[in-house]
Amino acid sequence: MERVLMKGNEALAEGAILAGCRGFFGYPITPSSEIAEYMARKMPKIGGVFVQAESELAAINMVYGGASTGARVMTASSSPGLSLKQEGISFISEAELPCLIVNVSRGGPGLGGIQPAQSDYFQATRGGGHGDYHTIVLAPSGSQEMMDFAMEAFELADKYRIPVMIMAEGTLGNIMEPILMREPVTKFSEKPWATTGCRGRKPNIVNTLHLGNEELESRNHQLFNKYQIIKENEKRADAFLVEDAEIVVVAFGIMSRIVKKAVIEARKKGVKAGLVRPVTLWPFPDEHIRTAAKNARLFLSVEISMGQMIQDIQLALAGRVPVEFYGRIGFTPNPEEILQEIMRLAEREGL
Amino acid sequence: MKKVFQKPESLTDAKNHYCPGCSHGLIHRLIAECMDEMNIREKTIGICPVGCSVLAYDYFNCDMLEAAHGRAPAIATAIKRLLPDRFLFTYQGDGDLASIGMAEIVHASARGEKITVIFVNNTLYGMTGGQMAPTTLLGQVTTTSPYGRKAENEGYPMKMAELLSSNEGSAYICRTAVNNPANINRTKRAIKKAFQVQEKGLGFSMVEILSACPTNWGLNPLDAMKWIEDNMVPYYPLGEFKVKEEQ
Amino acid sequence: MDREQQVLFAGFGGQGVLSMGQFLTHIAMNAGKEVSWVPSYGAEMRGGTANCLVTISEEEISSPLTENPMAAVIMNRPSLDKFESRIKPNGTLVINSSMVDRVPERDDLNVLRMPVNQIAAEIGNLRGANMIILGAYLQKTGIVEVEEALEYLGVVFKGKSESIIEQNKAAFLAGVEYARNEW
Ligand SMILES: Cc1ncc(C[n+]2csc(CCOP(=O)(O)OP(=O)(O)O)c2C)c(N)n1
Ligand code: SF4
Repeated sequence: MERVLMKGNEALAEGAILAGCRGFFGYPITPSSEIAEYMARKMPKIGGVFVQAESELAAINMVYGGASTGARVMTASSSPGLSLKQEGISFISEAELPCLIVNVSRGGPGLGGIQPAQSDYFQATRGGGHGDYHTIVLAPSGSQEMMDFAMEAFELADKYRIPVMIMAEGTLGNIMEPILMREPVTKFSEKPWATTGCRGRKPNIVNTLHLGNEELESRNHQLFNKYQIIKENEKRADAFLVEDAEIVVVAFGIMSRIVKKAVIEARKKGVKAGLVRPVTLWPFPDEHIRTAAKNARLFLSVEISMGQMIQDIQLALAGRVPVEFYGRIGFTPNPEEILQEIMRLAEREGL
Repeated sequence: MKKVFQKPESLTDAKNHYCPGCSHGLIHRLIAECMDEMNIREKTIGICPVGCSVLAYDYFNCDMLEAAHGRAPAIATAIKRLLPDRFLFTYQGDGDLASIGMAEIVHASARGEKITVIFVNNTLYGMTGGQMAPTTLLGQVTTTSPYGRKAENEGYPMKMAELLSSNEGSAYICRTAVNNPANINRTKRAIKKAFQVQEKGLGFSMVEILSACPTNWGLNPLDAMKWIEDNMVPYYPLGEFKVKEEQ
Repeated sequence: MDREQQVLFAGFGGQGVLSMGQFLTHIAMNAGKEVSWVPSYGAEMRGGTANCLVTISEEEISSPLTENPMAAVIMNRPSLDKFESRIKPNGTLVINSSMVDRVPERDDLNVLRMPVNQIAAEIGNLRGANMIILGAYLQKTGIVEVEEALEYLGVVFKGKSESIIEQNKAAFLAGVEYARNEW
């Protein structure tokens, strides 16, 4: 099959279109804008809707409206924009509207910088807005996955009636790699709950208000039962050389590839290093972490942040194995410096 | 025997929760009558705000959504774009529309979204207990302007109909009141006209309705009607501000 | 040749540095290799300099990033100052000598100098600097065969006018010629 060279942002946008996305609502922000630009070019040609909203707040609420019609719709932004979208994501989660939300993430806090970062991990995996809720969070690691995960995201979103987030560091939006084009999706599930006009049926209501005490509690239980099922079914991670690993490095997104190279080099130097790469950040693949701990003396979380995922690794290990942290922000750690860190730890531990 | 009063089909049987003398219930009814008369109930999708009318999704007998505070126009935009042959209306209070949702309403109008906005201006935040809104009149006492609204401190009340009529995308902008039978009839005609403008695809339409909140005004229902006439109408003139004709 | 090569391209914004890297990425992909292209982005973009890192590999690319590329194609002085120290020991340094007024400090590098702007002026294609240096680089390193690269040039520039494709080919060949004679 023919390979085409595509920027990650464009691969993601094309993947969404292949998945049947016909509504894009966004507000420009670096390094995500190419997704909006791609959609602005494509949507009018395929009978889809593209609206440049007046703000991220408006954009996410357009997604709320768009998803309520049963159409596959999405928005894309970057970190500061995601902060503004949190209101809408909370509402969408409660109303159980399937959609795709993309964060091509950059550094914060505040305006921060446009350098790639992973410091929105807490925001993405803990819900992010008000109330008890979660979104499924997928972390691609290259252009092909930008496309493939966009397609999977819509399937997951429809399957569980949940917003799915793709979190990709800025680098992934800009990187160009060969892509194998996928076939367009042609089968879509029925959405009898959609607000499309009540011809021939009872009116549908999309609502997030629950004034009664019992009603509010039972609503939250319903949502949490769903989250439980997702936890049981959808945790995903890749493991590399963890079988006999004494140092297990954990990294997601672009970092996982950089770490992979460092692990290969460490092995050449006789250090038994391995890698666990969470593919779903929520639900967090804690079982994969525990499995990799079999021979581990030490875990190392490598992140482009001050250390956020490390907490999930610690929770997964429940104190059984110590977890170290290596992270930078403003810079993306290179394989060379991660190798150095692995070697430093190996020496310290006498491995 | 001739039936002189009948509940519109576009309203449900649910008993509404509004205070005695509140205009919300009446305005719901006017909208529903227009939907019935135009036979559009089954293709209408309504969006209710956060405010006293937050539960309006229980009262309208059509597909309904409940929006985050101020965001109804954004939600309506997306639905209308994806389902262009449906009828979309948002129902919004003055805090919802003119304060927190200012960006959404101005841009929906600027884009000429083919939706109809029913804007209930009762000069304050009803649901949260009568705080000041952007529409609160100068000198008006509210719980957050306890000494009366002063221009130096709180600025001037916003005239949304005038503001939005300056947008090219606005096709029909009208201000009415519901303080007497004649004005109620005019309000209904305006709502219908706004729906017709939407049907013809001419652009954005809004009816701003001067309404009573007797509870937070501290007036009985009758005095509240008089208060609209004496205090609101002089500052918020009634009439059509924008009528885009068919090409 | 290494199974994986990482080459950095760096210069001023207008020198076609990003498209030079993209072009190499494209032809290497068409030649059946694994590739990635990572543009400078973020703080590195400031001051009008641009760079990109191209990885070409016989197998799946693990890291598309590196601190120490095995080669760098340097189009201006600030880029030399910034990247000279980062090239792998015994790596290759290609320098546009028209724009770089100093010699490298390191003595372990394989330095290839080329007056790119002068050659561009000679062939009457001032915007062709990037293709000239790329032609020379491929001729010298063989990352992708020159013939193959020429074949894919038409594919890469798909949609561009015939004369633009021809101009680029001519520039590319001028670089090949220079490398044959001088390097
Ligand atoms: C984001 C957010 N901020 C504040 C509120 C609290 N709140 C609920 S209703 C309301 C004001 C409603 O006033 P208005 O729109 O004038 O409608 P009315 O109740 O007068 O009909 C406010 C501030 C909220 N629900 N959400
Ligand atoms: S508080 Fe005011 S606006 Fe709200 S229901 Fe009562 S009268 Fe109506």
